[in-house]
Amino acid sequence: MSESISSRGNNPTTATNTGPSRRALLKAGVAAAATVPFLMRVDEAIAQGIAPKRGGTLTSLLTPEPPVLMVGVNAQAPTLTVVSKIFQPLFTYTPTLDFEPVLAKSWTVSDDKKVYTFRLQENVKFHDGKPMTADDVIFSAMKFWMTLSLRARIVFARIEKAEAPDPHTVVFTLKEPFAPFLYGFGGTGFTIVPKHLYDVADMRNNPNNAKPVGTGPFKLAEWQRGSFIRLRRNDDYWKPNQPYLDEIVYRIVPDSQSRAVALQSGQVQLAGGNDIEPFDLPRFQAQQNLSVTLKGWEYYGPLAWIDINKRVKPLDDARVRRAMSMALDRNFILQKLWFNSGKVATGPLCETTKFYDASVKLPPFDIAAANKLLDEAGHKADGSGVRFTIRHMPLPYGEVWTRLSEYFRASMQKIGINVTMDTTDAGGHTARMAKWDYDTSINYIYQVGDANIGMEQYFTSENIKNVAFNNVGGYNNPRIDEILAKARFEINPTERQKLLSEFQRIAVEDMPYIYLIQMSFPTYYSKKLNNTITTAMGIADDFDDVFLT
Amino acid sequence: MPRLIGWRVLKMAAMVLAIVVVNFLLIHAAPGDPASAIAGQSGQADAEFMQQLREQFGLDKPLPVQLWIYVQKVLTLDLGVSHRLQRPVLTVIFERLPATLLLTGTAFAIALSSGIALGVRAARKPGGVADTIIMGVSLFFYATPLFLVGIVLVLVFGVWLNWLPTFGMETVDVPLHGLARMADIAHHAILPVVTLAVFYSAVYVRLTRASMVEVSSHPFIKTARAKGATEGRITWVHVLRNALLPVITLAGIQAGHLIGGSVLVETVFAWPGIGSLAFEALLARDYDLLLGIFLCTSVVVLIFNLLTDLLYLAFDPRVQAL
Repeated sequence: MSESISSRGNNPTTATNTGPSRRALLKAGVAAAATVPFLMRVDEAIAQGIAPKRGGTLTSLLTPEPPVLMVGVNAQAPTLTVVSKIFQPLFTYTPTLDFEPVLAKSWTVSDDKKVYTFRLQENVKFHDGKPMTADDVIFSAMKFWMTLSLRARIVFARIEKAEAPDPHTVVFTLKEPFAPFLYGFGGTGFTIVPKHLYDVADMRNNPNNAKPVGTGPFKLAEWQRGSFIRLRRNDDYWKPNQPYLDEIVYRIVPDSQSRAVALQSGQVQLAGGNDIEPFDLPRFQAQQNLSVTLKGWEYYGPLAWIDINKRVKPLDDARVRRAMSMALDRNFILQKLWFNSGKVATGPLCETTKFYDASVKLPPFDIAAANKLLDEAGHKADGSGVRFTIRHMPLPYGEVWTRLSEYFRASMQKIGINVTMDTTDAGGHTARMAKWDYDTSINYIYQVGDANIGMEQYFTSENIKNVAFNNVGGYNNPRIDEILAKARFEINPTERQKLLSEFQRIAVEDMPYIYLIQMSFPTYYSKKLNNTITTAMGIADDFDDVFLT
Repeated sequence: MPRLIGWRVLKMAAMVLAIVVVNFLLIHAAPGDPASAIAGQSGQADAEFMQQLREQFGLDKPLPVQLWIYVQKVLTLDLGVSHRLQRPVLTVIFERLPATLLLTGTAFAIALSSGIALGVRAARKPGGVADTIIMGVSLFFYATPLFLVGIVLVLVFGVWLNWLPTFGMETVDVPLHGLARMADIAHHAILPVVTLAVFYSAVYVRLTRASMVEVSSHPFIKTARAKGATEGRITWVHVLRNALLPVITLAGIQAGHLIGGSVLVETVFAWPGIGSLAFEALLARDYDLLLGIFLCTSVVVLIFNLLTDLLYLAFDPRVQAL
């Protein structure tokens, strides 16, 4: 008996609580009549009294301006926001991180979990009119993404062979079972690019990067650097009558207060990501013509933490790190700095990430206990109440991060740790992290659905290298190495949960990082905009069902 | 005179070369490089990828070698390629230049003409009502920081009155053409131009007035009056011509900044010019682009210095030393 995940086999119960979402309606429709293709969702919506309206221009904010509009070449959030309308993946994720078909109609997994078979949509064309086939999918996985994306390489390196038995079927055979395999194929990390344009030696500098050709509902129409990006509807889109919008215009506004003014005065109808500073959240929540949602970050799962250089004494002592964690009031951070956009962290994984264990808890906020712990660890205070001094490098990504560093300094003072600020700009921050030239710093990281894809590199000792966005703090725990290596290949979900639960327990006990909050960037949108956030990809979804009323 | 200019141009070329070298060294003195900036922005890095980026940008070579390569390229007018945008630096600069010239050129013209006119008016009767009002207002704008003027203008005309657009250079949801587009751009330019113009206008007012009052007391003005010249002729020809020298000095400095634009005003009003480009380039450690912008702006500053000195000659034949 092989496991099958498809539009029809998907769990229909998720549809009942999601309100007027088109995707939810689609699923309800599919569950009711199994033979109806899932394009029926338009009619289903009309039956529910929400007639999608064709036409109109959506004006959105975008910060900062993407350097190029090509998937793979750049993986910054603003780039993904735009290219996700032009290029599409095989499937996307529901808010609970279940799979939802896009270019793949359905897929099956063999019993030994080594053979993955994808059935593709049949009438999909690239923007240049050429049909999308199994060859494009194989090329995208085996060459394009293997070459350009480190994260994709973790997954696609497991493939032994890729075959196309017919133009609309792709079969991947793995060398050995790899538990998070499917997480390599969804969302913005794996989109299908045309083989006929990209099968060249230097894909990164391909001249076609200037005019992206995808299968998505929108095409790039105009890009005035420093000013705006205009996307126009793809009239040959593979879903009939979609997309609903005629155009999406992304306005590039570098100043955060100017962006807030643009949103407030109605000059733009959509803002997300880092467009609006967290302290503006309450103001916009009160505004009548706007909706604000925290949904749409379930896939990325951004987690803010304090990064600790564990080569520096006394930060190499787990008791010291635990004491530092106990001196931080995460509720204060969430409420006063982030205005409740998110949740406090409970460990290294976000709640939405698969195999999150709710029974793992951080030591509670308790200054007295933290002081006691430091005394026990042998770090006595001197005459002026200082136990020791550390250098802290703030994250140079905007005002709220600076405030967080200031709060960190004030909190550490209460337990006798003197913090000196060591400020740098974004380029310097990355460079110094890579050189291990810091004591503590702050960062936030994306989990992309699975611990073995998003988090592994920060915890395993093989990733202690002079390269940023790895285990730069030098955390070395043989047990963690062992657990994560096992979890990678464990295909029994119960066994995998056991392993990843143990990982979470040790990661809290040892506290190689001080986990702060599970972030969620608010999306602000005009009440006239419908179906804005329906998947775990948020504003980086393809928007083919978004419409203006 | 031509020999003098030739000598000056030669000195300018040496100066440009020195600027190129100093800029290059300054930029490379900051910690972090384009590879780390790219890794930081995309949130992913491995040793192989970083090495590949450094090789691609030539950052793996020793600094003197990199400098030598850069200077050679600049001498052939090749300003390199923007790492971030993957396009030639000259193309990128020329793309952004019109927006900056429109903004700063208009602001310059308005500041200079209004400043001189108001300064002359104020100087006509020092201590009078007009003088008091003009000097009071100009003092206010002279003392108010640029960003505050911008914020207040945006609040009043953009948010409360909703008369003027607060960002961007034109309306983009409805494509416009010809005259309608020009009017639309002018509409968008009002707030940034005014923000940029008021400070310099205030400076010109104060300089012109002080200089006019000073020159008016000279004996040759009495002579002119005794000859029976009209008050208008005395003011505009005799006094102003002599009073303009300090104004020209300052105008020369401001004109030198025309291409550099104003990082602040361009950023606040999302004006797609050179100033905001330089800001992005700095954050992304886009060395070639940043050096290219520095080079273009310094060349323009030097050219305007020369022009200023030539204007001096035209206005005041007593000035001879170049």
